Amino acid sequence: MPPIISVKDLSKTYATGFQALKTINLDIDKGEIFALLGPNGAGKTTLISIICGIVTASSGSVTVDGHDIVSDYRAARSMIGLVPQELTADMFETVWTTVCFSRGLFGKWPNPAFIEKLLKDLSLWDKKDSRLMTLSGGMKRRVMIAKALSHEPTVLFLDEPTAGVDVELRKDMWQSVRALRDSGVTIILTTHYIREAEDMADRIGVINKGELILVEDKRELMHKLGQKQLTLQLHEALTEIPASLNAHHLTLANEGNELVYTYDSQGPRTGITSLLTDLAHADIRFKDLDTTQSSLEDIFVDLVRRDR
Amino acid sequence: MNFPAIRAIYKFEMARWGRTLLQSLVAPVIATSLYFVVFGSAIGSRINDIEGVPYGAFIVPGLIMLMLLTQSVANASFGIYFPRFTGTIYELLSAPISYVEIVTGYVGAAATKSIILGLIILATAALFVPLQIDHPVWMAAFLVLTAITFSLLGFVIGIWADGFEKLQLVPLLIITPLTFLGGTFYSLNVLPPFWQTVSLFNPVVYLVSGFRWSFYSTSDVSVGLSLVMIGLFLAICLGLVWWIFKTGYRLKS
Repeated sequence: MPPIISVKDLSKTYATGFQALKTINLDIDKGEIFALLGPNGAGKTTLISIICGIVTASSGSVTVDGHDIVSDYRAARSMIGLVPQELTADMFETVWTTVCFSRGLFGKWPNPAFIEKLLKDLSLWDKKDSRLMTLSGGMKRRVMIAKALSHEPTVLFLDEPTAGVDVELRKDMWQSVRALRDSGVTIILTTHYIREAEDMADRIGVINKGELILVEDKRELMHKLGQKQLTLQLHEALTEIPASLNAHHLTLANEGNELVYTYDSQGPRTGITSLLTDLAHADIRFKDLDTTQSSLEDIFVDLVRRDR
Repeated sequence: MNFPAIRAIYKFEMARWGRTLLQSLVAPVIATSLYFVVFGSAIGSRINDIEGVPYGAFIVPGLIMLMLLTQSVANASFGIYFPRFTGTIYELLSAPISYVEIVTGYVGAAATKSIILGLIILATAALFVPLQIDHPVWMAAFLVLTAITFSLLGFVIGIWADGFEKLQLVPLLIITPLTFLGGTFYSLNVLPPFWQTVSLFNPVVYLVSGFRWSFYSTSDVSVGLSLVMIGLFLAICLGLVWWIFKTGYRLKS
């Protein structure tokens, strides 16, 4: 299946000389949730803004379902919905008028029944006549999503959609996103809540200093890069790690009551057997043990740190 | 052509106008009516007719033109500046809409508001001074062309401005003085020859003169020249708008 979005050799240097994007190549598959992670200033928003037509690329090309975003911008843009990072809406407008305005702007004639369903799906129906300035931050965020969905796009960009949204609303929002994905909408999101990307995304891209340093299936990524930690709960607390165990790079935790060993679960040798042997030789006994997998956050932080 | 988008922008802008009728409709109508009361009825009765037209009636076309120019610029400039100021411009830039459609929506709405205002002021003037319109079709043509041209200028100002102060700068410091000195309250014939020549460099002279001709068949410069000048301003404004969108000036980085 051809990608729904294809980014080729895309770069962006602003007039100030700042190079926001180096050479970006990226394909987004139809119907997937793609999470774009990166620290502040990495180029996430610039990449999204170029695809959506807000920023002009310095070089390279982007197609949306085969339509070039420059030469065939009408077809390309009509497929895209964008929820920007900032809560930028017409504060004097009502929810209903601003959502209807967005639908018209994207070339669709009014369809009150569709807008009603959309607002009900996003729990905004009882606020339809409220002015945006009277809504809470979370509600405004939902309105932004309603505006982005008002023209029935097949690709939805969510640029940090849950920033400043409380936990309950965030969960609701992700439920809506999952429902959208199930209805066939491709979703590209950026988020600072890496846990969310871990929960939601099918694939992860990590961008840093304008370069895509990794694009990987989420499960494979976690499988491939995931480090495991073995935590041993000791019978007797240690004040320091014996020199005979230095080769294992252990750390002490919980006031010396736990020994933590980090290992690569996919490596040819985990080193667990030799660790246990060495522990026995050092006469260090433990009463329990457990293992934990690195989170996506650990992987992300590790990747970005390595890229510095 | 993305007609739903043009409709959406047009409707949005007209609705914004509707929410601020006191400021956008009532205030300019009252302000202009005061001119009719003071210069038309009160002082005007003591001033001789100008080229056979009672003074109160003579100033009507100029006053309508004054309001038309300032309101066209104000409406269009605010219409496009506000989304830039609030950040909602992102939606306009990411929509499948051409520059022609964006301009049609914003400038169309701004021009409509000015034309409505112009007609209301015309009707109000008829209450205070004796009016005649010798060439109604040309009057309508001058009204529409001027409203569109100066709405385009307002659109350009709205893109250029990087603060609310700059939005006010052109209407207050350029358009209003040019209109006052452009024959709104007098015929150029009453000026000494030197100032008559200087006045010909004032573009508003041609607008007021042509518009007044459509009322009373009397003008300071030939009607043909007035039409050519309006056409020229229109072409300049269209050129500026084209350049803005071609370069993305203050819209796209």
